[in-house]
Amino acid sequence: MADVITYREAVAEGIAREMRRDTTVVCLGEDIAAAGGVFKTTVGLLKEFGPERVWDTPISEQAIVGAAMGAAMTGMRPVAEIMFSDFLACCWDYLANEIPKVRYMTGGQVTVPLVVRTANGGGLGFGAQHSQATENWALTVPGLKIAAPATPADVVGMMAAAIRSDDPVVFFEHKALLATKGAPPPPGHVVELGRAAVVREGADVTLVALASTVPLALKAADVLSGEGIEAEVVDLRCLVPLDAATVLGSLRGTSRLVTVEENPYQGGWGATVVSIVADEGFGLLDAPVRRVAGECVPLPFADALEEQVIPTVDKVVTAVRGLAAY
Amino acid sequence: MDTAGLLACYERMALIRRTEKAAHDLFLQGLVKGTTHLAAGQEAIAVGASAALRPDDYVFATYRGHHHALARGATPEECLAELMSRATGLCKAKGGSMHLTKAATGMLGSYAIVGSHLPMAVGAAWSARLRGTDQLAVAFFGDGATNIGAFHESLNLAAVWKLPVLFVCENNQYMEYTPIADVTAVARPAADRAPAHGIPGEVVDGNDVVAVEEAVARIAERARAGDGPAVLEAETYRHFGHSRADPAAYRPAEEVERWLKHDPLDLARGRLAELGVGAEVVAEADERARAVVERAVEAAKAGPPPDPREALTDVWADGGAAWRT
Repeated sequence: MADVITYREAVAEGIAREMRRDTTVVCLGEDIAAAGGVFKTTVGLLKEFGPERVWDTPISEQAIVGAAMGAAMTGMRPVAEIMFSDFLACCWDYLANEIPKVRYMTGGQVTVPLVVRTANGGGLGFGAQHSQATENWALTVPGLKIAAPATPADVVGMMAAAIRSDDPVVFFEHKALLATKGAPPPPGHVVELGRAAVVREGADVTLVALASTVPLALKAADVLSGEGIEAEVVDLRCLVPLDAATVLGSLRGTSRLVTVEENPYQGGWGATVVSIVADEGFGLLDAPVRRVAGECVPLPFADALEEQVIPTVDKVVTAVRGLAAY
Repeated sequence: MDTAGLLACYERMALIRRTEKAAHDLFLQGLVKGTTHLAAGQEAIAVGASAALRPDDYVFATYRGHHHALARGATPEECLAELMSRATGLCKAKGGSMHLTKAATGMLGSYAIVGSHLPMAVGAAWSARLRGTDQLAVAFFGDGATNIGAFHESLNLAAVWKLPVLFVCENNQYMEYTPIADVTAVARPAADRAPAHGIPGEVVDGNDVVAVEEAVARIAERARAGDGPAVLEAETYRHFGHSRADPAAYRPAEEVERWLKHDPLDLARGRLAELGVGAEVVAEADERARAVVERAVEAAKAGPPPDPREALTDVWADGGAAWRT
């Protein structure tokens, strides 16, 4: 294997590893087979596994996710692609009403081991209906696990955990990270769902980030370091299960907290993190908490406008400076 | 269908009718909460189809699904216990009337978002093909479901992937409170649209258990042979309103009378008489069904309430509900 692997290659690599070890893993989605996916995240799967395991579908989001559910209920481990996360709204009944509830309302009779993969987030100028960070939609629904990796190695390791999970997982692949590179993980690499990573250590402030905001927070940490402020960066990796213990643990060392999320401030996952901290870690805080989040507007098209409404390094640096001086 | 088979179907239909009556009575006594969507009058579809299916086939039903659960092996006791919020209920009292499920017998659920289960049946049929079995998946749905997007997405996907799935529409003439003909531009909301998706569509008398059994057996054989999905539109009529809240006053008296004269139990009795089955044999079947349901009501009433701690179980496959560390 090459010395480096891109995030987009890691998606196909992660799926392929699981398809090799488990014949019940099958893929379905729009343009995923011969075309290799519109984001080229399924390149090579059709060639290696053939049309009986990699299925092109019509533009039918309800049928894609509903069929994945039915297959998962009857012995398969389907990996369904919904091309852009905005389109999850087209099959939201399955994410909100069917997949996460069926185990509960049948008294535990039915298991739904499936993965719904989707390209999430902004930064590429796709406009308001192809750019949203929608992980919060899933966060509002009990019964869905939510994965959002930030590095190629985590893509592979978390894909393994997601596909092996007996619970349904929504797997958010961030569009702005697709071209990023990293070391390919070793064979058998699995990153357990619900384990956050401390990706930079620091004693002055905890930055909690997810997916695209992880490299953003790391860049902000570098800038701040030049000013004598050492930020610890926590990559949550998953929203459900949520690794609140790692956040609280980091806060014991830093006493200051900033969450960095791309989705709109209103109802964002940062609010959940902050509420846990307020409830269980209030005594650890030496300053107010801050949330850097998207503005409550549809994502605009132009770069100059988009930059205004989603988190940037400058916005994170500014938020931290304010806390450090508190 | 042979005589013994027809008699068994009759007894199963009688059991369902009596269970539905019991559910209605228990609701009036305040022992059933929420609502119920009774299927009295539509028994022949569930029972006829089940007679034509194999035990390992998959069935997906709607919120009006008591008859399907009972036809596919759920007992009146576990169904009524579920309706009465007992721990002994089919779904441990977490599902209720609209979600009767018995996965062990292939009854993979009753879904209360209209039409949502059709893609699931497509997926179960896909899974059967992937695993190399010749199992079928059957989606039972109402006429109202034919106007939602998932109906069309399902028919198209099943057709292009040539999957062994049967779409069985129980056309009981009403989309909840509105005549289906008022909201659908074709006369047969399911069967007329099937050819547009490249699928054969046929219509059957849904109150005639023999006709349903024969039709389902025919399309099932075709699907098992790899010839793809089929749509069967079974014409029927519900005896009650849409749900407990609906007295069905909007239905013309002569229409109700006409359909009540076309009762599936009466039709089956007539067919049994034609086959030389004596009235006393039918009466014995009725008596067995009566006794089973009577015992079921008492047993269900005696069931314990669920342990409140059960509210926080069964979200995840590990049995728990924890969302954080």
